[in-house]
Amino acid sequence: MREINISEAIREALGEEMARDENVFVLGEDIGLIGGDFGVTRGLMARFGADRVRDTPISESAILGTAVGSAAMGLRPVAEIMFSDFLGVCMDMLLNQASKIRYMSAGQWTLPMVVRTATGAGTRSSSQHTQSLEAIFMHIPGLQVVMPSTAYDAKGLLKTAIRGNNPVLYLEHKLLYFVKNQVPEEEYLIPFGKADIKRSGDDVTLIATSLMVHRALAAADKLKGQGISVEVIDPRTIAPLDKDTILESVKKTGRVVIVHEAWKKGGFGSEVAAILAEEAFDYLDAPIKRVATPDTPIPFCPILEDSLLPDEEKIVRAVKEISS
Amino acid sequence: MVLSDTELVEFYKTMIRIRLFEEKVQELFRKGELPGFLHLCMGQEAVAVGSTGALLKDDMLLGGHRAHGHAIAKGIPMRKIMAELFAKESGCCKGKGGSMHLSDRDLCLFLTTGIVGSSIPIADGIAFSFKLRGENRVAVTVFGDGANNTGAFHEGINLAALWKLPAVFVCDNNQYAISTHVSRSTPIANVSGRAKAYNIPGVTVDGQDVEAVYEAVKEAVDRARDGNGPSLVECKSARLYGSYAADSQSYRPKEDIEEAARRDPISLLKARLMKSGALKEGDDEMIRKDGVAEVEDAVRYAKESPYPEPEEALRDVYG
Repeated sequence: MREINISEAIREALGEEMARDENVFVLGEDIGLIGGDFGVTRGLMARFGADRVRDTPISESAILGTAVGSAAMGLRPVAEIMFSDFLGVCMDMLLNQASKIRYMSAGQWTLPMVVRTATGAGTRSSSQHTQSLEAIFMHIPGLQVVMPSTAYDAKGLLKTAIRGNNPVLYLEHKLLYFVKNQVPEEEYLIPFGKADIKRSGDDVTLIATSLMVHRALAAADKLKGQGISVEVIDPRTIAPLDKDTILESVKKTGRVVIVHEAWKKGGFGSEVAAILAEEAFDYLDAPIKRVATPDTPIPFCPILEDSLLPDEEKIVRAVKEISS
Repeated sequence: MVLSDTELVEFYKTMIRIRLFEEKVQELFRKGELPGFLHLCMGQEAVAVGSTGALLKDDMLLGGHRAHGHAIAKGIPMRKIMAELFAKESGCCKGKGGSMHLSDRDLCLFLTTGIVGSSIPIADGIAFSFKLRGENRVAVTVFGDGANNTGAFHEGINLAALWKLPAVFVCDNNQYAISTHVSRSTPIANVSGRAKAYNIPGVTVDGQDVEAVYEAVKEAVDRARDGNGPSLVECKSARLYGSYAADSQSYRPKEDIEEAARRDPISLLKARLMKSGALKEGDDEMIRKDGVAEVEDAVRYAKESPYPEPEEALRDVYG
């Protein structure tokens, strides 16, 4: 099967959905003429025209406001916010508008909109272009939060996001854009709320998101050589969350480590740990471990940046700590 | 004179209906019969009726937290609005929105927002959908003077101007954002002056004169419908009461409150219609009597309606 990277997979999904449904359009800063800061939307303007591929001013509130209003009218906007950090500029549109309009209107208005944004650290760009903010958005009822780790998942999940009827925050890790894997030519969709077991194992469950799926898999490889069989679960969507797959795995292994790049405090891992404590307490043979970024902004200095982020070594250490 | 006497009498009726509705709502609120916050538009009925009157049925209206008048003027049955204020299942949002969040999809009232300024970029999106699909419709949003210093206002109007969207931005400038007089928030004399920065028409009209409001909004709506882009219309109005129902208005000079009462848009229009002979004292009595009956019916309907089922709290989060 052919291999493509995540950037190409997203572009394919956008192109296919725009060709399939004329209600789909994309908007954002620098997405048209140059195809986006990360090149994800390259070629779409030439193919679909400037009416449906819209460069905008640096006006995040107007970008998401346009998405909200047009979605309410039945269009299917895919808005790009260049860096997830910039969601802070237009938070109202996600926090008070997109996630609330359906509810407060008792279902009169439906908002089929997707907000794509680049997330994550490792790019040597200090504290305002590196954050992993999924926990904030996962917390808000009415939003769905997608975190693909592979090109295959990225494509299938984005198509589902575009065809769905909810506001979706779609988080693309910058370091994953050029990671390749097998993606079929034929169409497929991936449902939300269905985790993927990226690797099966018996001794410890590793639950990881986005870039951390790859680090968890590398750690699992290393641990195999040391006689520890690790199962790696990628939730793919953290809202909705596939609790069943997680619970099933933990009931089998009795040991769990949650890995994410976002801050440990109040993170996705805190929620998963709470679910496990509530619903799988009797199955746990060891304390739940979290490997995440400490409670500090991301620094510019590469050595400092790397020291904060979860890596293979930290994951291996955490697994060993709970594997007697 | 752009409106016939007959049309003006119709506007007058709607203004009276809004006033009677809100007087009743104010009374019910003071008696503790209505939950939540309450922002009345008494004194600003000419803006609600004049601006809404300039729209076609399919034009989308967006408003803020002070929108009872717009909802009534857009044609939402008083029963459904009153029931919403009573938090009943038969309300226009099944009791999940309340006074600040009114909507009727069929009548093209978008869900009114409680976040000042936020309807402006959303109006862009609605207008964009009209433009992309070649629909001959206009999106009109009404907001207060308080909105004119938000980022959403400037980002939203800039984008609408840039993309020549069929949108109209109506500032119902009642002079106060809660306690802050517009002179203490805004460094220019007229909010309409903001339009210059976006290269679109900006006009200021007397918001107590329903015909002036209608004329200015109509011109802007026609211009938008003809594909010539958005406009900013400022209507200088004045509220008769506080920003919210329990607001004592300690910040507001007595003369200012008296002036608002003197320039009550309903009294002004009545005097004009009486003078022209379009309205007789007997007609006025009938209009008020009908209005009172409608309000009483709406209250009865709302009181008799059930509250939503408990499960309703969990519905409509996702689609």
